[in-house]
Amino acid sequence: MMLKSKLFDKERLDITVNRLCHQLIENHSNFEKSVLIGLQPRGIYLQNRIIQTLKNIISVEIPSGFLDTTFYRDDFRTKEIPKAKETFMPHLVDDKNVIIIDDVLFTGRTVRAAMDVIMSFGRPNKIELLVLIDRKFSRHIPIEPTYYGTKINTITSQKIIVNLIEQGFKEDNIWITNNE
Amino acid sequence: MNKLKSKHLLGIKDLSIEEIELIFETAKMFKEVLSRPIKKVPSLRHLTIANIFFENSTRTKLSFELAEKRLSADVINFSSSVSSVKKGESLLDTINNILVMKVDMIVMRHPSAGAPHFISDKINASIVNAGDGTHEHPTQALLDAFSIKEKLGTLKDKKIAIIGDILHSRVAISNIYLLKKIGAEVMICGPSTLIPKYINDFGIIIENDINKALKWCDVANVLRIQLERQNINFFPSLREYSLYFGINKKLLDKINKDIIIMHPGPINRGIEINSDVADSKNSIILDQVENGVAIRMAVMYLLSLNKNE
Repeated sequence: MMLKSKLFDKERLDITVNRLCHQLIENHSNFEKSVLIGLQPRGIYLQNRIIQTLKNIISVEIPSGFLDTTFYRDDFRTKEIPKAKETFMPHLVDDKNVIIIDDVLFTGRTVRAAMDVIMSFGRPNKIELLVLIDRKFSRHIPIEPTYYGTKINTITSQKIIVNLIEQGFKEDNIWITNNE
Repeated sequence: MNKLKSKHLLGIKDLSIEEIELIFETAKMFKEVLSRPIKKVPSLRHLTIANIFFENSTRTKLSFELAEKRLSADVINFSSSVSSVKKGESLLDTINNILVMKVDMIVMRHPSAGAPHFISDKINASIVNAGDGTHEHPTQALLDAFSIKEKLGTLKDKKIAIIGDILHSRVAISNIYLLKKIGAEVMICGPSTLIPKYINDFGIIIENDINKALKWCDVANVLRIQLERQNINFFPSLREYSLYFGINKKLLDKINKDIIIMHPGPINRGIEINSDVADSKNSIILDQVENGVAIRMAVMYLLSLNKNE
C-alpha cells in the first residue's frame, strides 16, 4: 500500500518561496555580485519562481544560469546514467556569490557534482545552496543548505514527489510517499 | 534512449536513427563544455584509451586524443610506423599486448577494410573505428552531418552532393549511409573512373557534371583526391581533374547560389578546391574540425556507458 502525505500545496509553496526570497535579499541586497544557478531538471522551475518573486520585490535583473551535472557524476562505473541535459551559463562566476538552487537535497552528491561544474566556469567568491526540501539524516557527503524551505526526517525507501504546473500538472503539489 | 546498443562503433551502417540523434544531442552538450574556461569533464577518468593508428592521420588522431583528454581518460598512442608491426607482429597480437596492460577502449585506424570488425569479436574492450581502408569512417560522417545540421537546422530533405574521389573514400560511404538514414537527398559527383559500380545499390543520384551537381545541391562535400591509394591513373592529369571537377569561386559565382562548402581534409588546394572557396564565408571546413572533438567525445562517452555489459 502506498501512503502519501502532502508537504506543499500552492499556498504553502508561495509563502515559502516568498520567505526564501527575503532571506536571499538579506544576504545579497541588489544581487550585483550574485548569480543564481538552477540544477537540471527541476531546480530550474524553483529558480524561475524565485527570480520572478525577487523581481516583484526589488525590481532588478537577477543574473542567472542553469547547469546539468551528468558528466560530473561519481557513479559512471556502477549505475545507469541518464541522458545529459543542457547547461546554460551566460555569466562567468569569477568573484561572484553563487547560489545553487534545487528542489530536494538528499545524498548531497548532485550538489557536489554541481560545485565541480561551477568551478569549471571560474573561481566564485562563495557558493551557497538553496533547497525547497532538505531530507535530513540522509547525506552521503558533508553538504548542508544555506537556505531551505523545510527540513524533514525521511528514510531511504521514502520518495518525494514533486508535481509543479511547469511540469504540466494542474496544480502545485509536493508529496512524501511510503512504499509498504 | 540514453545509450547506444553496442559497445563498439564500427560503422554508420549499424546505427539506428535514434542512436544517431542521441550522439548529436550529446555532442551538443559537449560543445558547450568546450566553450567553458575549463574545457574538461571527469566522466572517463576511470578509463584508459589507446589510439592505434596503422595509417597516417593528423586531424582524426589529434581530434580523438583531444576528445579523450577533455573526458579525463588516460591516453596512450601507437603508430605502426615506429612499432613492432614492422618486425612482423600480427594485428591481433599487437592489440592483445596493448589490452593486457588494462586498456578499456581502442580507437583504431587501419588500411584494411573490416579490421576493427575482425578485432571486435575477439576482445573485451570497446572499439571505435577511426577509418578502415576504403570502407567506413563513422566519426567523420557524424561530424559532417552534425555540422550541416548546425548550419541548416535539419538534414531532412536537404540536398547533399559528395564530390570527388568516391572510389577510395571511406568518408563518402559513411556519409551516404548516414545522410540516407536521416532523410537527406544524396548525390555523388566525379569522373566515372572514380565512382565505384556498387554505388548504384545505395539508391543515390550519380552525376558526372560538376555544374549540374552544384546547381542541384544545398551542401557540397568536396573530397580529397587520394593519390596514395591510386596504383593506376584514374584521370589523365591533376590539371585536367582540376579543370573539370575543381571548385573555384568563378564556378560558384556563375551558379549564383549559396552553397555550403565542406571538406574532410587534408585539402589539396588548387586541385579539388581553390583557396577562394575553401576560405570563403560559405565554407564550414573549420567548423567540421571543431565539431569533430565534440562528436568524438559524445561517441566515446556513450560507448563507455556500455562497458560492463
